[in-house]
Amino acid sequence: MEALVASAVGVMTAAGIFLILRRRTFPVILGLSLITYAVNVFLFATGRLALDAPAVLNKYEEVPYTDPLPQALVLTAIVISFGMTAVVVMVALSAYLSSKDDHIDMTAQDSVDAPGEDA
Amino acid sequence: MNHWIVAPIVLPAILAPFIIMVLRYHLDLQRIFSVAGVVALLGIALTITAQAAGGDIQVYELGNWPAPFGIVMVLDRLSAMMVLLTALIALPIVLYAIASGWDDRGKHFHALFHFQLMGVCGAFLTGDAFNLFVFFEVLLIASYGLMTHGGGSVRLKAGVQYVVYNLIGSTLFLFALGVLYGVTGTLNMADMAVRVAELPAEDTALLRVGAVLLLLVFCIKAAVLPLHFWLPASYANAPLPVAALFAIMTKVGAYSIVRMYTLGFGPEVEATQGLVGTWLQPAALLTLAVGAIGILGAQHIARMVAFCAITSMGTLLIAISLFTETATAAALYYIFHSTLATALLFLVADLVMERQGGAIEPKAPMPQSGLVSALFFVGAIALAGMPPLSGFIGKLLVLDAARDAPDAGTIWAVILIGSFITIVGLARAGTMIFWKSHDAQYNPVPKVEGEEALVAGPPEPNPGLAFTAVFGAVLGLVMLTLFAGPALNYAGKTAEQLFTPEDYISAVLGGEE
Repeated sequence: MEALVASAVGVMTAAGIFLILRRRTFPVILGLSLITYAVNVFLFATGRLALDAPAVLNKYEEVPYTDPLPQALVLTAIVISFGMTAVVVMVALSAYLSSKDDHIDMTAQDSVDAPGEDA
Repeated sequence: MNHWIVAPIVLPAILAPFIIMVLRYHLDLQRIFSVAGVVALLGIALTITAQAAGGDIQVYELGNWPAPFGIVMVLDRLSAMMVLLTALIALPIVLYAIASGWDDRGKHFHALFHFQLMGVCGAFLTGDAFNLFVFFEVLLIASYGLMTHGGGSVRLKAGVQYVVYNLIGSTLFLFALGVLYGVTGTLNMADMAVRVAELPAEDTALLRVGAVLLLLVFCIKAAVLPLHFWLPASYANAPLPVAALFAIMTKVGAYSIVRMYTLGFGPEVEATQGLVGTWLQPAALLTLAVGAIGILGAQHIARMVAFCAITSMGTLLIAISLFTETATAAALYYIFHSTLATALLFLVADLVMERQGGAIEPKAPMPQSGLVSALFFVGAIALAGMPPLSGFIGKLLVLDAARDAPDAGTIWAVILIGSFITIVGLARAGTMIFWKSHDAQYNPVPKVEGEEALVAGPPEPNPGLAFTAVFGAVLGLVMLTLFAGPALNYAGKTAEQLFTPEDYISAVLGGEE
């Protein structure tokens, strides 16, 4: 199971990095989502992997339990990354619609154009 | 418990939604509440600084959960000072944004502004590593909105870059926290420091990975070479008053390095020994060098000031990476100075851009060019570190602290040559923009195409208030120079507190005060 989880994190991160390096907004956003999935699984695994164990302590008897804190962290991380992905989609969409160009890198022309212009 | 400690977070957290929901269509009321909020924040910051100045480390347990289990806010001299700095630069910036009409060029400027302040203050006050991540996200998500405020295709494109880059940074932060939690089993900074020191030798490989990842994340925020390349495009294309506020954001990265690495991963901890000295110092030296060259090469005033922000981060991180008490005291003084100076120069750059566009080339003389050029001159002197302003004192302190370092020669050479190139670059820009514009040889008629959109922007509604705001920032620098003694005294005591992390740890983990 450890090998499976570890390779899943690794493959997702690698695929995410590959996609981010495509430098166009759609693959980059997909890549970011993959990396956030990877980090969520990774965070989940930092509490050590345990099968069929509840995330609560039992004060009456000694039973195996899994660490609840990473689960709470993952929940926070999922919410944040979901919100952030929504934001980046909105910003990327409006950038694409206003410049008709979905490249993420700025060309020399962009920086020569006055940045202070008001739309 | 002292409830003042959460006030810098709670106040903007209430004010920002109030502005969005209740004052949505009333710009005048938004402005009044926003300024009142910043003034109140300044009052709170002064109060908590006065409380922290005594040297006690105060802890605020959220929900009254004791320290390693619940999230704590910690008020010590460093965090109080940083909150005060945030409030101090927020005031001129919000006044300037109102006076220049920037807040009217898009929606929700003031709400986002206060969310940003909430994130920054929270990052300075928190004593929990995961909570630090959350506040980073708060300040980042507000900054995404502020960065693209006003729209325009170039700005939006720069915004996409900025958002994507910071999202990658946030993901790295999560990986770092995951590794550290996996090794130490805690996220409370004080508790983590204790566990790191106790860690058996065979687990340190993973700890090292975590510490390096964390340093990487903070370096992204602090725009340290080679992770700086997001900064010029983002800051230069953001609305410049917002870029002035972002001057504090790079300092959040610097603050986090100081906090985490004096507390838990210092040079005396075997597992992470040499991390800061080996990696951060050369990177900081390179940052300073590249920043200075960028100032000299910039074709656009906003880009030039963005590179000024990079040079000042370079100098700051050189001081931090020395990791001695005197050097940290110098760094703290320099943080205060460089934030004010960078913010000032961004505001002046905006004054210039509103009048004649941003390209550094001779153009028709601008209205009020005397005042604007005087302000540019003051800002340039402060940033380059020439006497009589506080930049000189700050750089002198950094040089003095570096005297006993093993690489003192290199550090001195880089700082001094970097300052020289900075002076040349700023002088070049000032000459081009202000002097040559009056030179009869150059055509006094402005180039129309391309620039027209710029010059024909909405007229500045209230130049008087705009100048007052900028002079407010100048006043801050002058005060920092005049009261350099008390400021240094405070910085020295702060550094002393930082280098006795036992006090911090016992204050946080010691239970009831």
